[in-house]
Amino acid sequence: MLAVLRCVIRRDLLLAARRRSDVLTVLLFFVIVVSLFPLGAGPEPALLRTIAPGVIWVAALLASMLALNRLFAQDHADGTLEQMLLSATPLGLIVAAKVLAHWLVSGLPLVLMAPVLALQFDLPLPYFGVLVLSLALGTPVLSLIGAIGAALTLGVRGGGALLALLVLPLYVPVLIIGAGAVEAMASGLGAQAYLLLLAAFLVVAAAFAPWVAAVALRISVE
Amino acid sequence: MKGNINWFKYSSPQTFYPLAGTLAPWFGALAAVFGAAGLYIGFFVAPTDYQQGEAYRIIFIHVPAAWMSMFLYLVMAFWAGAGLMFNTRLSGMMASALAPTGALFTFIALWTGSLWGKPMWGTYWVWDARLTSELILLFLYFGFMALQAAIDDARRADRAGAVLALVGVVNVPVIYFSVQWWNTLHQGASVSLTKAPTMAATMFAGMIVMAFGFWFYSIAVTLLRVRCIVLERERNSEWVTEYARDFR
Amino acid sequence: MLEAVDLRCERGARTLFRGLGFRLRGGELLRVTGANGTGKTSLLRIVCGLLAPAQGEVRWHGGDIRVLREEFWGRLVYIGHANAIKDDLTAAENLAVSCTLGGSSADDAQVRAALRQLGLAGCEDLPVRALSQGQRRRVALARLVPSGAVPLWVLDEPFTALDAAAVDVVQQLISGHVAGGGAVFYTTHLEASIAAAVSLCIDLDRGAG
Repeated sequence: MLAVLRCVIRRDLLLAARRRSDVLTVLLFFVIVVSLFPLGAGPEPALLRTIAPGVIWVAALLASMLALNRLFAQDHADGTLEQMLLSATPLGLIVAAKVLAHWLVSGLPLVLMAPVLALQFDLPLPYFGVLVLSLALGTPVLSLIGAIGAALTLGVRGGGALLALLVLPLYVPVLIIGAGAVEAMASGLGAQAYLLLLAAFLVVAAAFAPWVAAVALRISVE
Repeated sequence: MKGNINWFKYSSPQTFYPLAGTLAPWFGALAAVFGAAGLYIGFFVAPTDYQQGEAYRIIFIHVPAAWMSMFLYLVMAFWAGAGLMFNTRLSGMMASALAPTGALFTFIALWTGSLWGKPMWGTYWVWDARLTSELILLFLYFGFMALQAAIDDARRADRAGAVLALVGVVNVPVIYFSVQWWNTLHQGASVSLTKAPTMAATMFAGMIVMAFGFWFYSIAVTLLRVRCIVLERERNSEWVTEYARDFR
Repeated sequence: MLEAVDLRCERGARTLFRGLGFRLRGGELLRVTGANGTGKTSLLRIVCGLLAPAQGEVRWHGGDIRVLREEFWGRLVYIGHANAIKDDLTAAENLAVSCTLGGSSADDAQVRAALRQLGLAGCEDLPVRALSQGQRRRVALARLVPSGAVPLWVLDEPFTALDAAAVDVVQQLISGHVAGGGAVFYTTHLEASIAAAVSLCIDLDRGAG
């Protein structure tokens, strides 16, 4: 069983490595969206410092949603998904492996890129740790919840926009707590409670979301 | 045992169709009676509020609508979940028939809430915890309807919608509490509905009566909508063909 | 070992077939024929458990496959209409992945031997993007070579896009599997001759046969 999961992760990473442009597109989208905010809201450093966590989080949310389409669509189109559905390994575990691989190529780069963007917003250095940690805990939750949406909208017309409509409302708690972590630290409250809450979200989502997505996949492929 | 048989008898669309047709007008009439009574209490019986004047009377629409919006989401998720578990066709139809009414009440709650907000808070919109989670609830309804509309195969639409509704139900409390926490952090305790002056008994009675009116209305329109969905989905079956022949 | 009882299949509002049943034992070959749109692929997907029948059930050694799930899927090789291979991976990588997913782990030497048997010598390390339609089909079918121990093969149109030589190889694989006590369930609209002791046929044009 572990061999199957390792094989799925390895295959998805290999595919991403051969299609680097897909990964780069998401990362560039993230950078561009974040860079647009100072142009729209004005360059006052005080204002930028206040909105920085929210802007970076919202942009990460949109970027990770943009990447969701790829999670199952290609496997669905070429028939690999049917093979996964007929595997002797429980589908929930395969989905979990796919989500992990997906996060490594679409979520992790955002986490690593965030400090650079925070510099643009003049965010003080001590906050960088909390920002990165909150994104590192939060973006996997986004991928996990997003997997359910991606599974439900598989092969449906207007899939992309529909996916956004389904998934974005469910992202709200992660956004609030994630961006809140940095803001709480800025207001001197300490970010620990927020980070623990994000970690709790991650544990719950990791335990349940792959199985829900597996049910959704079986419904969609039928 | 007898009850059991009846239950499954009415879970078939063919037998439910005439039953829904018989019940709908009665619930419609009840809705009209309760709605009129609720409005009467709200406008003529309930005393004028010493703080907010006459403007507060919008709560006789606002509060029951907000209650219904959440209640209907639960009912919808219940039917959707039942459909997923027992594989009954009618449950899925009930869920899709409930969604537009739920979305309507959510919208009414938001709309009246913002109208009420203007005299109370001096602005049409505040990012109050209740308003914000109500807005997200509206998005959840829209997502459910959009997903069902986008899928052609009725069975898949029902089942996919059911998964979404159940995920939504799990999320609603999480959303509510996270928004509330966020809200208190940002604004401190501003004017909140719970801190309104203690409510007069007549005011409460008005809201309850109104809530019943809305509830009966929901049942009536849901039954009517289920009838449409039944006809649409079963259009190739014999009984619908016969039914249509009788119409001509 | 595989048995179907009173299957009914509906797609959209149309009933494709009803009252369909069959019994397939080890060492038997079952061919499904029928015009386009008669539900061949749907029947195969029902037999695999990908699609729920509107009525009836499929049993594996007496147990409903929708209850057995993973236990049944471990005894099954399904090669669908789509090849389930990735353009960006090489033929060998594709085959290794599909074997692992299917539960029959094949090492690199076995993978290469399987590809050579299907006449893909020299193409093992080419990205599949560079291969022709027939060659891709061969990559997908090469999975049958290391899957001899899996009792049930379900194949959707295995011979499409193949040339005469490849058709021969696949026919040999199938008859070898049947001779070894396995069961094969496949669709085709070709009159293929596969040597098998017992050969059943379901013709969806005429209803269950």
